[in-house]
Amino acid sequence: MIVVLVSILFLVIDFRSSRLDGVRSVLSTLAYPIQKLVSFPSDVMGGVADTLKSYSDIKKENALLKQKKMINRVKLLKFAALEKENIRLRGLLENSFELGEQTLSAELLSVNLVPYEHVVVINKGARFGVHVKQPLLNVNGIVGQVIKALPLSSEVMLITDPNHAIPVQVNRNGLRTIAMGSGQLDRLNLPFLPNNADIVQGDLLVTSGLGGTFPQGYPVAVVGDVIVQPNKPFASIFATPKAKLDRIRELLVVWSDSTLVPLTSSEKVEEGKSVEGENASQ
Amino acid sequence: MQVNKLQSLKGYTVSLIFAMGLNIFSFPLFFKSLNPDWVLLTLIYWMLALPERVGVFNAWGVGIMVDVLTGRLLGQHALAYALIGYFCLMFHKRLRQYLVIQQTLFIFLSLLFSQIMRFVIENIQSDIQFTVMFWLPVLVGTLIWPLLYMVLRAISLFGHVR
Repeated sequence: MIVVLVSILFLVIDFRSSRLDGVRSVLSTLAYPIQKLVSFPSDVMGGVADTLKSYSDIKKENALLKQKKMINRVKLLKFAALEKENIRLRGLLENSFELGEQTLSAELLSVNLVPYEHVVVINKGARFGVHVKQPLLNVNGIVGQVIKALPLSSEVMLITDPNHAIPVQVNRNGLRTIAMGSGQLDRLNLPFLPNNADIVQGDLLVTSGLGGTFPQGYPVAVVGDVIVQPNKPFASIFATPKAKLDRIRELLVVWSDSTLVPLTSSEKVEEGKSVEGENASQ
Repeated sequence: MQVNKLQSLKGYTVSLIFAMGLNIFSFPLFFKSLNPDWVLLTLIYWMLALPERVGVFNAWGVGIMVDVLTGRLLGQHALAYALIGYFCLMFHKRLRQYLVIQQTLFIFLSLLFSQIMRFVIENIQSDIQFTVMFWLPVLVGTLIWPLLYMVLRAISLFGHVR
């Protein structure tokens, strides 16, 4: 009887508030070795595959990477100039700008918490400063966000989880909407676009930065099927996430802070700040 | 006697940790949704085998651990495990006399009960649409029970737990 009452009490408290987070984080340090143990076989497999690569393969890969690096550096040369120009232009518009984001690389533990949710565990936690609602990227695009930051590990909800929604915009024309998870790893739903919305197959969806969780301008998905439903108010549109969510291993945890760009006169900055504050409070 | 106690504790702990590992093991896509609740099956075995040592509170503790491990609300597994533990202890004398095949009916009901509780609690906190796949682990768990029973029995006999 006592046990049942305590359980129900725990359930209610944990559902309503975050008061039991201490208990959870203490117990999670006990759970971490088990997760690590479960993840061990696939880690070893990856390690063995790396070790068994032949010398010539590595040489080829190295040459390819060097070439890629050169191309990327040349692109970056121009990027620096473009970034400065962008900041100047935004300054003219009295706009805020995302200054350089800080990242931390994390690795996925290959564990499967429950089959019907897309929640994964990464090997970096609150000890590294990871906190709830932090966005995660990989080289291809947005992966998800942190939903529980435990001391040694964190739980990450992927963008395809049925409970997840991410504010996006079409890169081509800036059309804003929300992409909902579908429960399938290769599919997002865009349920809130009318039938006459300007969106076509192959459009790139990037984060819009609304909502404040995800930084603006990162690729999320590519629009797949656009099915017009004349008898319904909204079209049924699907998109494929850019990040290969079933094959990810390494991720980047992102800290982003948006600061106001200093304007020519200090008065205007103050003004801009107060306007920003009002907007935020609304 | 002291050695026996220690050994049985070892068998109990090791098998439970192993079961927790299996619970979160990332199987290939199809088997993922079939993965039964190994911890509950293991726990039921030990509660039938050693009812004087593995009790309701023990089951509750294990449940809390599973909650943390799988990131559920704290108390979700714990409540189910404790209630099932209570019935196990109530009926353990009868259940131990049964054939393994007859035991599977009890196992089926326990797994079903646990899954129903999970269904209710998950439905309250999120709006995931559950499909038939959600109920498959109950069947798989029931079918696996005879096998698991034999394995765990071998372990406990090996450790001279009587």
